[in-house]
Amino acid sequence: MSIFIDKQTRVLVQGMTGSEGTKHTKKMLASGTNIVGGVTPGKGGMIVDIDGHLLPVFNTVKEAVAATQANTSVVFVPPKFAKAAVIDAIDAAMPLVVVITEGIPVHDTAAFFAYSQSKGHTRIIGPNCPGIITPGQSNVGIIPADITGSGPIGLVSKSGTLTYQMAYELRDIGISTAVGIGGDPIIGTTHIDCLRAFQDDPATEAIVMIGEIGGDAEERAADFIREYVTKPVVGYVAGFTAPEGKTMGHAGAIVSGSSGTAQGKKDALEAVGVRVGQTPSETARIMRAILKR
Amino acid sequence: MDLFEYQARDLFEKHGVPVLAGAVATTADEAAAAAEKIGGKVVVKAQVKVGGRGKAGGVKLAESVEDAREKAGAILGMDIKGHIVGKVMIAQAAPIDSEYYLAILLDRSNRTFLVMASVAGGMDIEAVAHETPEKLIQVPVNTIDGLSKAQALKIIQDAAFPADIAEQVADTLVLLWGVFVSEDATLVEVNPLVKTTDGRIIALDGKVTLDDNADFRHPDHEALVDRSAANALEEEAKAKNLNYVKLDGEVGIIGNGAGLVMSTLDVVAYSGEKFGGVKPANFLDIGGGASAQVMADGLSIILGDKDVKSVFVNVFGGITSCDAVANGIVQALAILGDKANKPIVVRLDGNNVIEGRRILTEAAHPLVEQLDTMDGAAARAAELAAN
Repeated sequence: MSIFIDKQTRVLVQGMTGSEGTKHTKKMLASGTNIVGGVTPGKGGMIVDIDGHLLPVFNTVKEAVAATQANTSVVFVPPKFAKAAVIDAIDAAMPLVVVITEGIPVHDTAAFFAYSQSKGHTRIIGPNCPGIITPGQSNVGIIPADITGSGPIGLVSKSGTLTYQMAYELRDIGISTAVGIGGDPIIGTTHIDCLRAFQDDPATEAIVMIGEIGGDAEERAADFIREYVTKPVVGYVAGFTAPEGKTMGHAGAIVSGSSGTAQGKKDALEAVGVRVGQTPSETARIMRAILKR
Repeated sequence: MDLFEYQARDLFEKHGVPVLAGAVATTADEAAAAAEKIGGKVVVKAQVKVGGRGKAGGVKLAESVEDAREKAGAILGMDIKGHIVGKVMIAQAAPIDSEYYLAILLDRSNRTFLVMASVAGGMDIEAVAHETPEKLIQVPVNTIDGLSKAQALKIIQDAAFPADIAEQVADTLVLLWGVFVSEDATLVEVNPLVKTTDGRIIALDGKVTLDDNADFRHPDHEALVDRSAANALEEEAKAKNLNYVKLDGEVGIIGNGAGLVMSTLDVVAYSGEKFGGVKPANFLDIGGGASAQVMADGLSIILGDKDVKSVFVNVFGGITSCDAVANGIVQALAILGDKANKPIVVRLDGNNVIEGRRILTEAAHPLVEQLDTMDGAAARAAELAAN
C-alpha cells in the first residue's frame, strides 16, 4: 500500500513533447512508472519514441483518457499555459493532477484550484512541487528514484531538496510514499491531506513532516494531528534564522510580523506531541529511535 | 513586489478608484514644483515600504509652496526604521470627515481571496483585528465568479458603514477588485479610505503587492521595480538571475533548493553559536541545474561581500549529479582565479556522490575543504569564519 499513487497508476504527461517534459518522462519511465501517453494541444496523433517506449500524443486530456485509461496526469507545461492545462485535466475528471511547473501566477492557481473544488473529483498536488513517489511502484514528477527504497515511513514536505535530503538520511529504513506538496502560496494538497492519507495507509508506520516559514499550514497540521493522527509524527521546520520581510526562495516562504515563524510552528507541533528535530540529521535520528532501528 | 504609495495611487487612478491629486518628488525643488501645480495646501509624505512613518515624522502638512519645499527637504534623507527616504509624495490635502478601511488579499490558509472592511479606518488593522475583531468584516470571494456590486454592497452594510455612503463605498470596492484581478495583485489595501467633509469617498493611502510570477502578462510592471532600494549585491544577483538575499553574518552560503538552503542557514547559525555567534551572510539558491557558470556567478557575488569570511557550498544531488556540481566548482574557481580568496567548505551528497567527491579531491584546490555531512561542514565553515 501507499498513498495517492501505486502500481495501478497510469500516467499521462501534459507537456511531454517539451524539453522538460521529455527529460523527466525518460526518468519516470526508467524508475518503472507506467506512462501511457502525453498531451500537447496541436500535436495530437503523433507517436513519440522515448527510450524505446512508443507513446501516443493527444490534443486534449479527455481524448487521452478515452484512449489510455490514464488515472493521473503530471503537468510540465510553461506557466503561461499551465492554468489551461490543469483545467483540461479537471474537465476530463482526472482523479490526480500533479503540477510540477514553477512560476504560475497565483491568480491562475487560485482559479484552477477553485475549479477543482467545484467539480469535486480531482486532487491537485502542487504547483511548483517535485511531485510524488511510491518507491518501486510509481514516480510522478521529478523526485530522483534512486535515493531510497520502499519502507514504512511516510514523508511530506513543501521543499524538494529537503525531501531528498530526508529520504536519503532514512534510506536504510525506506519510504512508503514521499509527497512534495510545493512552496507556493496556494497549493492543491496540504500537509493535512497527506497526514490523513498516511494515517489511513496500512503500509505507513510513522510520518515525517517537513515544514518551512510562512503561512500557518504547520499550525493547522498540528491541530489535525491532535484530532486524527495516532501514528508517530516527527517534524522538521526550516527557516529559524530567516529575517522578517524577506522571501526565501519559495513565494510562500516569508515571515511577516509575528506570523509564519519557524519557532511558532515548532511550538505548535511540540504542543501536540510531535517531536521536532533541530536539523535534518537530528530529525532522522529521532525517527530512527522511534522505529528502534 | 510591494509598491510605493505613489505607485499604488497611480494604479488606483488608472482603474478609476477615486484618489486625490498627487505627484512624486526626489528633491525639495521637485516637491515645490509639484505643490505649485497641485495648488493649495498639500501633504508631504515619505515614500517608504514600512509602516509607522507618520509617528516617525515622515508625513507633514504644508501650507504653501515654500513650506512644501522646506518640509520635503527635511523628510528626504530621513531614516525611518532603517529605510532611507529617497522620495516623497506631494498630495492634495483634503478635509477629512471620517476614516475607513478596505482590503482585498490572498488568503493562503483558505486558498482563496478575501475582502476585509472596517469602519475603524486609519488605525493599525492588525490591532483592530486583535482587539475589536467585531469591527473587521472578512468575506471570502469566489475566485471564479469575482465580486459583484450586490455582494460588495452587502459586505459594506455588514461592516456597518453609514447608509448614506454605502453605495459609493461599494462602488469603490468593486473598482479595487478590478485592480486586484487585472493587475495580478496579492494585496490591495486602502487605509484610510476617507469621506471628506464635502461627502466624497477617496482612497487616501494605498498598499499594493503585485505577483512577480505574472510579470509575463504585465510588461508595464517592469517600470515599477525599485532598483535604488535594493542592496547592491542583491541587485547584481538579480541581474544574473540568482535567488539571493543578503543577511548580516559572516558565512557565505550556496545551496540547491529553497528548503535546503533555509535549513543550511539554520544549521550554520546553530554551529556558529560555538564560535562567538558566527551567522550566515546570505541566502543563495542556485536551483536544480548547478552549472559551472551558475556556480561561478554565485561564488563571485558571495566573495564580493566584504562581510564574508568563509563559504559553505551545500548541495544535495537530486536531479543534478554531484560530479556535475564538483566540475562546476572546479571550473568556477578557475574562472574566478585570484578573486577566490576565502576558504570554501563543500558538502556533496546524493546522486553520484563518490565521483563528485573524487573530482574535488583530485583538483586539490588549496581553498577547498570537503566534509561528508551537512552538520560537520556547517561547523567547519563557522569555525573558519570565526578565525
